[in-house]
Amino acid sequence: MGDFALDVAFETRARVVALFGPSGSGKTTLLNVIAGLIRPLAGSVRVDGRVLIDTESGAFVPVHRRRIGYVFQDARLFPHLSVRANLAYGRWFAPVPERYADPAEVVALLGLRPLLDRRPATLSGGERQRVAIGRALLASPRLLLMDEPLASLDAARKAETLPYVERLRNELSIPIVYVSHSRDEVDRIAEEVVGIDDGRVLRGR
Amino acid sequence: MELTPEEWTAVRLSLRVAVVATLASLPFGIAAAWALARGRFPGRALLDGLIHLPLVLPPVVTGYVLLLGFGRRGPLGAALESCCGVVFSFRWTGAALAAGVMAFPLMVRAIRLSLEAVDRKLEQAAGTLGASRVLVFLTITLPLAAPGIVAGMILAFAKALGEFGATITFVSAIPGETQTVPAAIYAYTQVPGGDAGALRLSVIAAGIALVAVVASEILTRRVAGSGRLT
Repeated sequence: MGDFALDVAFETRARVVALFGPSGSGKTTLLNVIAGLIRPLAGSVRVDGRVLIDTESGAFVPVHRRRIGYVFQDARLFPHLSVRANLAYGRWFAPVPERYADPAEVVALLGLRPLLDRRPATLSGGERQRVAIGRALLASPRLLLMDEPLASLDAARKAETLPYVERLRNELSIPIVYVSHSRDEVDRIAEEVVGIDDGRVLRGR
Repeated sequence: MELTPEEWTAVRLSLRVAVVATLASLPFGIAAAWALARGRFPGRALLDGLIHLPLVLPPVVTGYVLLLGFGRRGPLGAALESCCGVVFSFRWTGAALAAGVMAFPLMVRAIRLSLEAVDRKLEQAAGTLGASRVLVFLTITLPLAAPGIVAGMILAFAKALGEFGATITFVSAIPGETQTVPAAIYAYTQVPGGDAGALRLSVIAAGIALVAVVASEILTRRVAGSGRLT
C-alpha cells in the first residue's frame, strides 16, 4: 500500500452511511478492507455481528464468502458477457436459501430492461453503473458498498442516475455504505456521514 | 501437385503428431503460464529458465535428454511403460513428446502474455460477487485470455509440425511411424533425384507454417488491444 496508513474506527447502525472526504483520504481503501480485497495489518471488521476479519484472533472470511455487494467506481462489467449474463453472474453464486433479490424487481428498479441483450462495450457510463448496481444487488448481499458510483459521470448522466440511487435507498432493506467526495450527493443520499481525511476518521460532521 | 503415398503418410503422421503434442501440452502450458504470470514463489525464475530451455538448447541435445529420460530404459520411460503401457521409443508417441517439448516455450509465452493482459480488477469484482478463486479463473480469466491461448496453440502446432532435430535424435525417422514431414524432406535431400519430392513437401510445410504464424499474430494483436472494459 505504499506509505499510506489508514487508521479508522467507527460503528454505525444507520441504513445508509456515507464515507465523505477528499480524494486520497482512504475511503476506497476502507471499502476494500470491508470487502476483503485488502487485508489490514491490524484491526477487525464486523457486519451485523458477524466477524469478517480480526487480526488478533486470526479470523478471516475470504472475499467470496462475505456476501458483500460492491459497486466499483469503474463499474467493472465483464466484457465477454451480455448485460443479462453480467446481472445473472452474482445471482448464480448466492446460496439458494439466501437469494432474496428478485431479478424482475431489480431490472425494473434500475430501468435495465432495454439494456439486457446489449454488451457492456456499447453502454454509456451511466448505463454501465446501473448494470453494476443491479449485478451487485442480484447477488443478494447483506451489505452494499458503493464507491463513488457517480464520480466518473458527467453532470447530465449524474443527474439522470442519482434518482436511481435514491430509489435504491428508499426501497432496499440492506445497509449501504456510500463513498463520495461530493457534499451534494452525500446530503441527498445519506442518513449518517462519517468524515475521513488523510486516513483518519474525523469527529463530528 | 500430386503427393506419393509415402509423402501422404508423412503429412498425416506430422499432423497427428502435432495435434497430439499441442493438445496434450495445453493443460501444462496453461498451468506453467499461470505460475509464471501470477505466482510468487522461490524458484520462479528457475522455472522460467527451464521452460525456455528447449528454445535455446541445440534440438539434438533436447532429443538426447528425452532419450535418456523417456527411452525404454530411462527412468520415466520405464515407469510409464509399466504403469500405463505407454511407449515412446521409436513410436509416434515419442515424436509427439519431442514436438510437444520443443513447442512448449512458445505456447507458454503466448498464454502468459494473454493471462497478464486480463484485468485483475475484473477478477476482484467477480470475487465480490461470490466466485471462489477457481471459479473466477474458469469463468472470467480463461474466457478473457482465450484468444491468446488459441494463438499459443496455433504457434505450438506450427512449431510441432516443423520439429526435426529432437525428433530424429529421440525416435529416429521410421517411415510411417516417426518420419514426419521435415524428416522426409531431409531423407529426400540425401538421395539423388529426390528434389521434386523435397520441394513438394517443403511447399506444404511452408504454407501451413505461414498460415499458422499469421493467424497467431492476428489473435495476439487482438489480445493486446482488447482493452479491459470498465
